Amino acid sequence: MIDVSATPVLALRGVSKRFGAVQALTDVELEVHAGEVVALVGDNGAGKSTLVKTIAGVHPIDEGVIVWDGKSVQINKPHDAQNLGIATVYQDLALCDNIDVVGNLYLGREIRKRGVLDEVEMERRSRELLQTLSIRIPSVRIPIASLSGGQRQTVAIARSMLGEPKLVILDEPTAALGVEQTAQVLDLVERLRERGHAVILISHNMADVKAVADKVAVLRLGRNNGVFEVKSTSQEEIISAITGATDNAVTRRAARTTGEIQK
Amino acid sequence: MSIDKTTTTADAHVVENPEAAAGSDVAVDPRLLVREQGFAGYLTEFKRKLKAGDLGSIPVVLGLVVIWVIFQSLNSNFLTAGNLSDISVAMVGTGMIAVGIVFVLLLGEIDLSVGSVSGVAGATFAVLNVTNGMSEWTAFVLAILTGTAAGAIHGFVFAKIGVPAFAVTLAGLLFWNGFMLQILGENGTINLDSEGLVAKLTSYYFTDVAAAYGLATVVTAGFFLSSFLGNRRREAAGVPSQPLSDTILRTVLLAIVAFAVAAVYNQYKGLPLAVVIFIAVLLLTDFVLRRTSYGRKIFALGGSVEASRRAGINVEMVRISVFAIAGTFAAIGGLFIASKIASANQGAGGGDLLMNAIAAAVIGGTSLFGGRGRTWNALLGVLVIVSIQYGLALEGIASPVQYMITGGVLLATVVIDAITRRTQKTAGRA
Repeated sequence: MIDVSATPVLALRGVSKRFGAVQALTDVELEVHAGEVVALVGDNGAGKSTLVKTIAGVHPIDEGVIVWDGKSVQINKPHDAQNLGIATVYQDLALCDNIDVVGNLYLGREIRKRGVLDEVEMERRSRELLQTLSIRIPSVRIPIASLSGGQRQTVAIARSMLGEPKLVILDEPTAALGVEQTAQVLDLVERLRERGHAVILISHNMADVKAVADKVAVLRLGRNNGVFEVKSTSQEEIISAITGATDNAVTRRAARTTGEIQK
Repeated sequence: MSIDKTTTTADAHVVENPEAAAGSDVAVDPRLLVREQGFAGYLTEFKRKLKAGDLGSIPVVLGLVVIWVIFQSLNSNFLTAGNLSDISVAMVGTGMIAVGIVFVLLLGEIDLSVGSVSGVAGATFAVLNVTNGMSEWTAFVLAILTGTAAGAIHGFVFAKIGVPAFAVTLAGLLFWNGFMLQILGENGTINLDSEGLVAKLTSYYFTDVAAAYGLATVVTAGFFLSSFLGNRRREAAGVPSQPLSDTILRTVLLAIVAFAVAAVYNQYKGLPLAVVIFIAVLLLTDFVLRRTSYGRKIFALGGSVEASRRAGINVEMVRISVFAIAGTFAAIGGLFIASKIASANQGAGGGDLLMNAIAAAVIGGTSLFGGRGRTWNALLGVLVIVSIQYGLALEGIASPVQYMITGGVLLATVVIDAITRRTQKTAGRA
């Protein structure tokens, strides 16, 4: 953790969200500071995606307060979140396979000069951006289709950085990636932190969480189930928070296997 | 928000920035895609592209050469200035429609109504101008706007209501054909003024020798200047640029083609007006597709609709406008076709016109699956199709055989396209 400021960039206070009869989130609290990676973990259906979508403005919250930089704000549309400086990289990548890297980075916010695309300027800045994030790709002028899954994910994250967001939300960025590619993405997450961005990382992978996160916020059945400092918490403690009990299939199995080894 | 920042640092590219240039090499993996300078680089690049199946226009150009050689060996009148000039004038009508088809194909959609819409445009002009005595220019503009409106309606039903484009335009095909027959009335054929505006579209030639050579010079010089200045800007900004030898080589190749075509025209009646308009349209549409953010949106939609939506692109508006563009070019093409026969008749827009326009776009190399293609593809494709038509006509071969041969060529093209795509996939460049 490098220089974590006192006021959180984003704080959720008692956030609730209902979909019809389903209470998706109940009184959820969450704090993220600048230069901090907070991992959001929980079992399937725990409300991780819903929580992220409320922050990203896809689903407005029903109750509670969203505090941004110490001020209470309303986030009703994705546009509101973008204007505040919240960038979201979704699990399914929002990239066009047929367009090159530069075109994808600037899709929907092209730099124009007298109404004409300024390809030179966009290419120059793309190179600068990719370099500051130490992203390695064969060429900025090849279509996304030519890139590996990890490279695509890094391009998608780089794309979110163009707006200089204060908070970056990454929805399972390492799902479906190989070992080497996962490492690339995790490196990138660390560089985001070094550059002072606040990061919310959704992940199912405990190894990834332990590797890059500063704090772990656990959701269970739409409620907070503890916030842990990664350094001082064991993986087992986090898992028991996720599953909701110390006695469950996972711990039973763990006990059984260690018991077998001892025999 | 990012756009605000762009203006503040926009002057940075003017300054020579060796640090950025040196640094930018680091971001690019040095193991891959490093291009040697000069002609050796050309050769390795070409071999790499060949292996990756990234052939571009090469198969079509080769195919065109083969077709011309075959017809020339069958009939020595084929490669005469007169025949080539006639082919190039005859292709403009279908070619214009194919330009519109390229736009729709880039979205990954199809427009089956363009044939009928082209017939409506010819009939609208004839009725307004000849029957109702409206001024030529007004009738001309209204005829084109009819096509725009028809296309916009298709686009609206497709984009807003969500009916598949195939079904909407199939309904359009029937409706607009009926509409044309209705407005033509009982006579069925309206002859146009053979000295009028529309007739002149295909009958006017710039007889002055200087016109054809002048246009060739302007096109070549324009190409060189835009490439040269573009490369200078890239160098100044420290991004990879084309070496000067490349630019010169490309310019020389273009000059050879441009002046050869000009020489052919000057041996016959001169530079045809229709061809000048067609080239202007191709330059304009190519510019719109590749250099404006509107064009970028069309490609983005052809790549991934969801990604486009998330990038803030107004998907519905782009879809409606693209169908309106297809309708507009169908109408323009219809006027060129009416011009060729100097009349509007009941057969207009029927027969193999629709298939030829789609085939021209696809043969030229526009992908059927969206997101890949250029409007220049329409030129190459339509040249192939009309060459076959004229070649077979010279041999006195009837249209049933023409249809079968054109069908065979289309099949061969899509087979090449599919194989190319597979090779590209294995080379990771699909």
